[in-house]
Amino acid sequence: MAKKIRIRIKINGVDRDAEVEPRLLLVHFIRDILGLTGTHVGCDTTNCGACTVLLGGKPVKSCTVFAVQADEQEIRTIEGVANHGKLHPLQEGFKEEHGLQCGFCTPGMIMAAQALLERNPHPTEQEIRWGISGNLCRCTGYQNIVKAVQYAASKMA
Amino acid sequence: MIPQSFEYLRPESVREAISLLQQHGDGAKILSGGQSLIPMMKMRLARPEYLIDINRIPELRYIKEEGGYLKIGGLTREADLEHSDLIRLRYPIILDTAAAIADPQVRNMATIGGNLAHGDPANDHPATMLALRAEIVASGPGGERLIPIKDFFVSLFATALQHDEILLEIRVPIPPARSGGAYFKLERKVGDFATVGVAAQVALEESRACKEAGIGLTNVGPTPLEAESAGDFLRGKSLDEATIKQAARMAAEHARPSSDLRGPASYKTSMVRELTIRALVHAHQRASQQAPR
Repeated sequence: MAKKIRIRIKINGVDRDAEVEPRLLLVHFIRDILGLTGTHVGCDTTNCGACTVLLGGKPVKSCTVFAVQADEQEIRTIEGVANHGKLHPLQEGFKEEHGLQCGFCTPGMIMAAQALLERNPHPTEQEIRWGISGNLCRCTGYQNIVKAVQYAASKMA
Repeated sequence: MIPQSFEYLRPESVREAISLLQQHGDGAKILSGGQSLIPMMKMRLARPEYLIDINRIPELRYIKEEGGYLKIGGLTREADLEHSDLIRLRYPIILDTAAAIADPQVRNMATIGGNLAHGDPANDHPATMLALRAEIVASGPGGERLIPIKDFFVSLFATALQHDEILLEIRVPIPPARSGGAYFKLERKVGDFATVGVAAQVALEESRACKEAGIGLTNVGPTPLEAESAGDFLRGKSLDEATIKQAARMAAEHARPSSDLRGPASYKTSMVRELTIRALVHAHQRASQQAPR
């Protein structure tokens, strides 16, 4: 077996460290070692975006990053989005605008949308659709997801 | 899907990375953005014994004009190119290309160096760099060397990089005044690899005749291809509808696509013709609009 590597990661504001095999995927580190199962494994082929987390503030597909690459970096997952139990405007938006059905894609959508709004607080519909173009949804047809993001943008303005 | 086990190394300098490549020979692979390599490792199509993560080498990520060249560091992320004012204003063909790659998440990790060094004919930057007549700066134990892009793509997943070399930088000769380029990518859905992609870069004389033209093709052969005869044909000619159509026909003759899930070979060849027309028209428009430097 390969030599394990010690990594230090700040996850949703909390410092954690662990010894991991180099081949451990970031998504598995987050789900299985940290126990944060809000981040989902969908396609496992870098397509669907259900595994999207913020790494150093940027949305990435955690099924296509090794945990060791995240050493000394900050990660934000869906569990870190609400503010001490108070829903983030994005979470409120998904609720108000019926932006989810089964909910499987939703954490990934919210992380991608959060990054979009942090970079561009007043996106056009085109820009929203472009911003979530790495996230697939089989249920909704995206219409209400776009509305949810627009809701959040106007709330955060 | 779980990759085969490997040792993980994280050098802090180019010299250290090269020394590790020398040490571990064929069993070592460079980890740049990982957005091509990691999916292959998960499917066990790639099984390096040693992964050399170069992401912490700080001086490899830059976009600048210097000494008559646009210089892009190998570790520059696709997102950096997508959001760069310099690229948007002066090299929109590179913006077209970067923005066409995968999706926002992948673009945050994927690097232009990796996109070229992976040797995948389905990657987008090779066609654009062929059209721009770029040069690759490679660094190895013997020092640095320049590889002209037309010599860079050797065969499927193989480039001219020696095993103990790293792609440091991409250098594009700054195009003359009255130049313009465009990249068009046909894909089944957003984020897909190209069914067909065409890059066209043209430079115009004062008379508006074509001074120089470069045309690169994505995913229609075992390597990225340059449609040299089409570029040669355009030299000295006015870029009107008939000339562009003829050049497009010639570009299609360079294509050697395979039939696959993205379509039959004959369809792809037709699409090379169509996209070459669109890319040349758009490149010509951009060249005509450009104010003299």
